[in-house]
Amino acid sequence: MIPELGNFSLILSLMLALTLGIVPLVGAQIGNVQWMNMARTTSVGLFVFIAIAFACLAYSFLNDDFSVTYIAMHSNSHMPVQYKFAGIWGGHEGSLLLWVLFLSVWTVSVTIFSRHLPLDMVARVLSVLGLVAVGFISFMVFTSNPFERVLPGPMDGQDLNPLLQDFGLVIHPPMLYMGYVGFSVAFAFALAALMGGKLDSTWVRWTRPWTTIAWMFLSVGIALGSWWAYYELGWGGWWFWDPVENASFMPWLAGTALIHSLAVTEKRGSFRSWSVLLAILAFSLSLLGTFLVRSGVLTSVHSFAADPERGLFILIFLLIVVGGSLLLYALRASTVFGGGMFHSLSKETAILSGNVLLVVACAVVLMGTLAPILYEAFDKNISVGPPFFNLFFVPLAVTAAILMGIGPVAYWKKADPLAIAKQLRVPLVAAIATAIVIVLFDGEAFNPYVLAGSFAAFWIIYATLLNFVTRISMLSEKGPVKNRMIQIPSSFYGMCFGHIGLAVSIIGITMVSNYQVERDVRMDIGDTLSIHDYTFRFINMEKVSGPNYDADRGYFTVTRGGDAVTVLTPEKRIYRAQRRPMTEAGIYTSIFRDLYVSLGDPLNKKGTSWSVRVYYKPFVVWIWSGSLFMAIAGGFVLSDRRYRVGRKAKKFAVRSLAASTTG
Amino acid sequence: MKARHKRFLFIGAGLAGGALVMVLIYTALESKLFYFMSPTDIVQKQLKPNQAFRLGGMVVKGSLKKVDEGLTVQFTVTDKANNIDVRYTGILPDLFKEGSGIVAEGKINDSGIFVANEVLAKHDEDYMPPDVKKAMKRGEALAQESKQP
Repeated sequence: MIPELGNFSLILSLMLALTLGIVPLVGAQIGNVQWMNMARTTSVGLFVFIAIAFACLAYSFLNDDFSVTYIAMHSNSHMPVQYKFAGIWGGHEGSLLLWVLFLSVWTVSVTIFSRHLPLDMVARVLSVLGLVAVGFISFMVFTSNPFERVLPGPMDGQDLNPLLQDFGLVIHPPMLYMGYVGFSVAFAFALAALMGGKLDSTWVRWTRPWTTIAWMFLSVGIALGSWWAYYELGWGGWWFWDPVENASFMPWLAGTALIHSLAVTEKRGSFRSWSVLLAILAFSLSLLGTFLVRSGVLTSVHSFAADPERGLFILIFLLIVVGGSLLLYALRASTVFGGGMFHSLSKETAILSGNVLLVVACAVVLMGTLAPILYEAFDKNISVGPPFFNLFFVPLAVTAAILMGIGPVAYWKKADPLAIAKQLRVPLVAAIATAIVIVLFDGEAFNPYVLAGSFAAFWIIYATLLNFVTRISMLSEKGPVKNRMIQIPSSFYGMCFGHIGLAVSIIGITMVSNYQVERDVRMDIGDTLSIHDYTFRFINMEKVSGPNYDADRGYFTVTRGGDAVTVLTPEKRIYRAQRRPMTEAGIYTSIFRDLYVSLGDPLNKKGTSWSVRVYYKPFVVWIWSGSLFMAIAGGFVLSDRRYRVGRKAKKFAVRSLAASTTG
Repeated sequence: MKARHKRFLFIGAGLAGGALVMVLIYTALESKLFYFMSPTDIVQKQLKPNQAFRLGGMVVKGSLKKVDEGLTVQFTVTDKANNIDVRYTGILPDLFKEGSGIVAEGKINDSGIFVANEVLAKHDEDYMPPDVKKAMKRGEALAQESKQP
């Protein structure tokens, strides 16, 4: 009964999405106020029925309703309850429902927080979101319905893939999807602006917070995925340039360019058409990512099973959305050109160059990801891996880092090169010195990558800190430092945290990639292994059981100079439902290094001799900590008083409009 | 006309830069990509000596054996038409199973054995990589052909 209810809700939501997609849009074109007003109520209706559908699926999962095909394939009565819930998005059909749920959440949020927007703009924005919803819901209803039944239902389910039975599944997809889907709001605003022919500061003021929030979610979502792969897969890797990873990285690159572009548009009025284009690009990449993951055109550890029908549907949808929006842009972009002029050496140019770098990086990832499909047309079967991507990303990252030092100290409109050089003298020397010390400190052979990475990261850190100190000292008349700090707009702190966050990630990536130690060895009980000053000793093996698995658990003590550091307990599990094996690594995490042990296979019948993988991973947590900094950065940007939307903002809006037109 | 000239220059530089980037990407791709080969492809196509590539196929049941006291193993990979021996030193991924599909990255040594430096566990929900599936189909077709008189 409940699954049927879910199915009906889904179909009803499709009807509502169709209404939302068409009526207000036409209403805005012809000026019919009643039709435009329908947008808000229809959005709420859409959300309600999607939520009901989601709740029905959740209820069926939690009550072990194996007559639903999707649940029979992805659940099991013995599975812990949190995975029964998270299992909703463990497979293709359910994850689509999550996607659409989040889309309706974003849509309803726009409904609530848009009281002060002109009605025709609200109508257009919500309609575009409605059309996107039409695409995804009809995809579900016609090709990938999570409520399909198998009668009579099996006695028990096939269990969720053991790799997914982990905390990571509970948080990573939701965070990621909030980000992916969130870019649809910027997309909708961009199209609404193009259709209405108005791209003033109101548009920017409204788009910026939504985009920032989506970007924050995506940054954290990607980092969570990387961290999850690291501890879950047992291989110690944290990024594989896998097509699905690339599919999330590309919108992030475009999104980062977008938030910077929007900052310029808001402050100076320039980059308007660039911002619109980036908004279209970011969401198009989100959709492309969806296509790649679900169509089976690419081999990936993440991809859902191949089905040509599904692939074709998404491809057509993708072409309509991207093609249509780019066509709209081409036709209407001339109405949104404009904005202040700026000199070739200015903050605007620095940010523009940064955007160009990000778009180039995006193109590199796109080409590398799509290359196998293109070569297939010529009957050549290839794969593209880390060597290709790393070739580009090292120089791109270093160049971007250099810009991140220069940009923040350059003046708007026309920068003074002498002033910049003067301000950056000290950070430059300090960064070079730090890089040299780091390269020499490790006592290993000279490594140019470590030199480049350390320089890039510390250049950003020193230049940003000096910028902050300079600003504080310029406000000397305001009294004690604490008071002065509050005077500085919070978006400045956003910039600091964001850029330093990237620097932190760069340090992590540089250190781990160049100085990690991996040993695959055979260990018998009692054997020891040493890496740097850590000694790993294989103490014992034990048989343990979990709710839906049986495991061999190993005990490894780790000591350093005689002092106990930790005991690691990696496991090799067999999940009973499908007899699938899984490795659970034993990891000791600290600020400067991770110690990582994972079990391979037993090498003798008694199980006293095992193949073991031992890792020494320096600075690996810095990789993901960087994204936390970036999320905090987003928080600062959102809290900036100047960008508050609402009645108070009207005063600021008038003031800044005056400033941007004269500035 | 100065502003207009500046704009054209800007756009021109942009296009030239874009073209340069495309060329760079293409060159890098060609030099850094891995070709995917089935055992039949290895037999039929000419390989550059010492070139790294990806091998795909099915692990022959019963072919997995240890080579020394360490972690080196050897097994045979087939596409139903041709076989090749693969040697790997290290821990095999959890999804590795005799009778299942695998993809491995490495080179062929002088004795004709494929020495893998990585065994990939990239499968979709059905545990058979699409490339391997295709290779198996081609191999089966080839085997059928050679059986007919």
